[in-house]
Amino acid sequence: MPGKLKVKIVAGRHLPVMDRASDLTDAFVEVKFGNTTFKTDVCLKSLNPQWNSEWFKFEVDDEDLQDEPLQITVLDHDTYSANDAIGKVYIDIDPLLYSEAATVISGWFPIYDTIHGIRGEINVVVKVDLFNDLNRFRQSSCGVKFFCTTSIPKCYRAVIIHGFVEELVVNEDPEYQWIDRIRTPRASNEARQRLISLMSGELQRKIGLKVLEMRGNAVVGYLQCFDLEGESGLVVRAIGTACTLDKLSSPAAFLPACNSPSKEMKEIPFNEDPNPNTHSSGPSTPLKNQTYSFSPSKSYSRQSSSSDTDLSLTPKTGMGSGSAGKEGGPFKALLRQQTQSALEQREFPFFTLTAFPPGFLVHVGGVVSARSVKLLDRIHNPDEPETRDAWWAEIRQEIKSHAKALGCHAVVGYSESTSICEEVCILSASGTAAVLNPRFLQDGTVEGCLEQRLEENLPAGCGFCHIPYDELNMPFPAHLTHCYNCRKQKVPDVLFTTIDLPVDATVIGKGCLIQARLCRLKKKAQAEANATAISNLLPFMEYEVHTQLMNKLKLKGMNALFGLRIQISVGENMLMGLASATGVYLAALPTPGGIQIAGKTPNDGSYEQHISHMQKKINDTIAKNKELYEINPPEMSEEIIGSPIPEPRQRSRLLRSQSESSDEVAELDLSHGKKDAFVLEIDDTDAMEDVHSLLTDVPPPSGFYSCNTEIMPGINNWTSEIQMFTSVRVIRLSSLNLTNQALNKNFNDLCENLLKSLYFKLRSMIPCCLCHVNFTVSLPEDELIQVTVTAVAITFDKNQALQTAKTHAEKSLQRASTDNEELLQFPLELCSDSLPSHPFPPAKEHLESASSNSGIPAAQRAVTVEKASPVGEGNFRNRSSPPCANSTVGVVKMTPLSFIPGAKITKYLGIINMFFIRETTSLREEGGVSGFLHAFIAEVFAMVRAHVAALGGNAVVSYIMKQCVFMENPNKNQAQCLINVSGDAVVFVRESELEVVSTQQPTANCQPACAGGEVTT
Amino acid sequence: MTSELDIFVGNTTLIDEDVYRLWLDGYSVSDAVALRVRSGILEQTGATAAVLQSDTMDHYRTFHMLERLLHAPPKLLHQLIFQIPPSRQALLIERYYAFDEAFVREVLGKKLSKGTKKDLDDISTKTGITLKSCRRQFDNFKRVFKVVEEMRGSLVDNIQQHFLLSDRLARDYAAIVFFANNRFETGKKKLQYLSFGDFAFCAELMIQNWTLGAVGEAPTDPDSQVDDMDMDLDKEFLQDLKELKVLVADKDLLDLHKSLVCTALRGKLGVFSEMEANFKNLSRGLVNVAAKLTHTKDVRDLFVDLVEKFIEPCRSDHWPLNDVRLFLNQYSASVHSLDGFRHQALWDRYMGTLRGCLLRLYHD
Repeated sequence: MPGKLKVKIVAGRHLPVMDRASDLTDAFVEVKFGNTTFKTDVCLKSLNPQWNSEWFKFEVDDEDLQDEPLQITVLDHDTYSANDAIGKVYIDIDPLLYSEAATVISGWFPIYDTIHGIRGEINVVVKVDLFNDLNRFRQSSCGVKFFCTTSIPKCYRAVIIHGFVEELVVNEDPEYQWIDRIRTPRASNEARQRLISLMSGELQRKIGLKVLEMRGNAVVGYLQCFDLEGESGLVVRAIGTACTLDKLSSPAAFLPACNSPSKEMKEIPFNEDPNPNTHSSGPSTPLKNQTYSFSPSKSYSRQSSSSDTDLSLTPKTGMGSGSAGKEGGPFKALLRQQTQSALEQREFPFFTLTAFPPGFLVHVGGVVSARSVKLLDRIHNPDEPETRDAWWAEIRQEIKSHAKALGCHAVVGYSESTSICEEVCILSASGTAAVLNPRFLQDGTVEGCLEQRLEENLPAGCGFCHIPYDELNMPFPAHLTHCYNCRKQKVPDVLFTTIDLPVDATVIGKGCLIQARLCRLKKKAQAEANATAISNLLPFMEYEVHTQLMNKLKLKGMNALFGLRIQISVGENMLMGLASATGVYLAALPTPGGIQIAGKTPNDGSYEQHISHMQKKINDTIAKNKELYEINPPEMSEEIIGSPIPEPRQRSRLLRSQSESSDEVAELDLSHGKKDAFVLEIDDTDAMEDVHSLLTDVPPPSGFYSCNTEIMPGINNWTSEIQMFTSVRVIRLSSLNLTNQALNKNFNDLCENLLKSLYFKLRSMIPCCLCHVNFTVSLPEDELIQVTVTAVAITFDKNQALQTAKTHAEKSLQRASTDNEELLQFPLELCSDSLPSHPFPPAKEHLESASSNSGIPAAQRAVTVEKASPVGEGNFRNRSSPPCANSTVGVVKMTPLSFIPGAKITKYLGIINMFFIRETTSLREEGGVSGFLHAFIAEVFAMVRAHVAALGGNAVVSYIMKQCVFMENPNKNQAQCLINVSGDAVVFVRESELEVVSTQQPTANCQPACAGGEVTT
Repeated sequence: MTSELDIFVGNTTLIDEDVYRLWLDGYSVSDAVALRVRSGILEQTGATAAVLQSDTMDHYRTFHMLERLLHAPPKLLHQLIFQIPPSRQALLIERYYAFDEAFVREVLGKKLSKGTKKDLDDISTKTGITLKSCRRQFDNFKRVFKVVEEMRGSLVDNIQQHFLLSDRLARDYAAIVFFANNRFETGKKKLQYLSFGDFAFCAELMIQNWTLGAVGEAPTDPDSQVDDMDMDLDKEFLQDLKELKVLVADKDLLDLHKSLVCTALRGKLGVFSEMEANFKNLSRGLVNVAAKLTHTKDVRDLFVDLVEKFIEPCRSDHWPLNDVRLFLNQYSASVHSLDGFRHQALWDRYMGTLRGCLLRLYHD
């Protein structure tokens, strides 16, 4: 019996009237966990009952503790007939299972009914007494922390980043069981909610076990999804990154990746001599750099495995790493091999993180993605979900081989998704191929030393841009130039990634949200024929999406995309593609060339005129955008670049052609290094349309910026005013004569209008930036397109925004010092109350042994030792004071970001992962579809907030609405909606409240060495 | 392409004050959009009409959902569904319970019943206030009335506690409830010149001095007030007022009263001769009003009587306000010097309030 769960039902309020005669309610409560149920007394005739129950105690296995939700049902007592249910509350008690998170759940929870929505509130107190029985840890994984945040959580330090963990569980969907024909919609919805809750508990426990096997203690970037496969079942799957985290109890080496919004660093000084080390003179990184790897790989349903692109790319892997040895210094080669071996031990060297500790990311290769179309069949044996496992394994293998082709041994910013329509399912995975610093990846070995040196050589702000693959054996044609920052290494002309902009990246001007939108009609078909049709369409879509992105990027005068997310959704008769990313101008990359339009029929005068008119418009737009986003890179003469390779203003060319996308490679090749502009060839009306649509994208109104990454480059003075929101739109297409163009236009208008509406609604927040703008598109029915957007609007201080850029040196000095302050003060005063009991976390021992083995320079070692000093920790602990979570009474902030501007996160209370179903049979009465969904989403927010507040938190970070499945049947006056949300419950403290504290505290400890050259220079 | 569904939900509920006003004023979505367009918002923001339409719909939906909570404002504070900063909550409540002067003048003193509700159509036509807005205002009056009707203690405090209104608005509601409860006639043509503020002022004075609650208001005995009610006039007091009749019935007393007043005011009033000529009429009027208050019907006509018997005669003689004040002060005070008159306290309780009311009501 390793756990005792204790529950107390205190009171209810605002209950609905259940007895029409008396206008009152005789309420009582059932408390259920597993198979045990307790009941409170009936509180007669009250809408605000006071039960003040005894403590209900459940003695349970910790396995059950992890899997089962606590189920609280409020009922109306009826002497003569069956008791009527008022509603339920499900409480996930997982946060109580780790020592550092919440200790008690206590507060008002909305009582939720799947038919009526929220009906009053109930006050509940929940506690868990856990008996630490180590032997039992085989089945349960209590104590493994979960974070939705895709970076190392604030107030933690990553000791080791172990890598990819994944799991999936399947079951029959209760909605499709025979019994569903005879039970009420309410019973069916509740069965589904309960099942999904159980399944996600089980999934989390299983992932936890894997983490323990890897000797980790946490999962970061945990992403759990549901696939509602209809008849064939219900799949709950999750991916994440296993880590060993260390609570920051002493000043940490790692900058919170996103906390200090990226600094504007226009200067490119630094690194006159990046190679003090004799071993690595010359280009110190053997493998270089990258562009977007466009790999339209697809596996056809069942029959075929992977595409030819895949095959053609795969063999290059060997060459990449082989040449590494030849070209680079010996240290490098050694390092590389070690890194590779470290990673190759893993089946999938994938990381769901999108932001990293400094020094972790060495080079970025480009986006890798894979899709596969599958036919769903019934899951015969839920305990053996092999088919689904095999599908994903196949896709991941493909991703891995793409990454290898780019000379990369790892994939970061990795994510997976599905789109299901009837029995066809598109599985997608994407990420960014990268070369990582092995220091974080394994237990201390020799590399510590090597790595240290390498790191010193890495130029700040541009290192990640340098190509990781072999210049002479490029996996795809790209135009390389010398890095505009350090001028030593090679960089590609454009860079596409799925990760957040690294904190140390040197960016010029501001960024902006760039979207590519695309629809393709598809014939209605059945089963295999349908799957084949979709498979055939996919590469075209990918190609067009890519072209659109590239064109729009050029139009903005920018050269890199971050946070790229391409979503392909399948419907009965069409496919939709929606790509969102944040465009920026990286100082390290060359200035993008313009776009040149070329007509096909040169001898037609009016046509020529038209073309030149368009050309002018495009040029004007580019100029305007450059001004708008403040892109004014320093002019550089060719001598300075001193490059043997083509002229610095080299441009790429991409043909917009009627030919097939698959020979994209060849087309690009034609233009290599010769042509001087990015040419759009207008050869048919389609192309004309495309050019027009390029120009119709309206920039946000003045005072607004938008991005889909965590932070906006070029803005670093956020105020604390934030507004998270969800907006949903569904449009019905007129079914007459749908053409691809009409579809595209409709879809484009839908997205643009949605954005315009957002700008209008949030106008009171100007100057403001929409961050983490997350669009999802789905095709719920024929002729219906649903777009859901979740984002956060953050105001910033305009005056400070105009701050002139400081020199890099100043910046880094300043940053170092502020980091000292921030990181020191904060944990001292607020985090330390929940320190792990052991003064020497095991992870630190690794680090230390690593350094002593490897002969790390004495000074650095000293620091390492000091950092781990128990004396220091003891001091800090004494100073701790309880966090004042209730300073702002009842307000719970929600944000899709991993941080809260102007505030410090002091404690992570656990993961929030909630699934709700809402159904109505009186759609008109509830204000139609809009009224119904509006109320439901507001209720979901309310329930999330209530749970966070009950955990003692005052915010949810990394909040995401993973699913919003809406179905309607207006003829029957019915609608149903399923929503799945998740995030991390946290306690934060305003920086202004911290300031008082920080003045008293001198820098108690010097900045440790682990941050490497980055901070210490 | 038609929009089937279009919603925006913020973690903090967005409240647009302008749209809230339009909603409160009872405009339909399309009217509201038209009005917003006319306000020039499209030019200011560069938005399109479609955006405005969608935005307005969204806000209307939110307000519609909030309305249920606004009916019991403490619920708005404790509910979990809409996260609204306290200052915004206060604004929502205050504006929701605010009313139009034109409307309140129409229903002030009327029974807040279904019958009156049926007349809202006419009121709407007459005042130009939308029927929807009229209904909201009427329902607000009625709701507040129902809640505080049976309650003990201070009317204003009760209203404030249960509806979280500002002090000013709570006082106005107290007046409305008081008038509705006592059914004072305010709609007669000769009362049209009076504003709601005039009546509210009188109501406050009457609540303070003429109700059951007023009796226990002595600071030495704060508890007794709890048992009393502010809504009903003190029946005993009204009964006692009959005793004042002696002031006009007893000819000697009336003459003495008149000479005292005239002596004191000689040379001080611009309208002295008119006053002197009219004294007996005026005094008879004021005292008879008091004596009649035992009948509910006459209570209802209190303001009509005051205007007929005092305000109009003075006004026709063009008394300046200051002369009215001097007269009323002297008229009240002189009674203390009438040796044969034993009801000084009763007189003060009556005249103190009436003097205040009359001075307020005396204008064009």
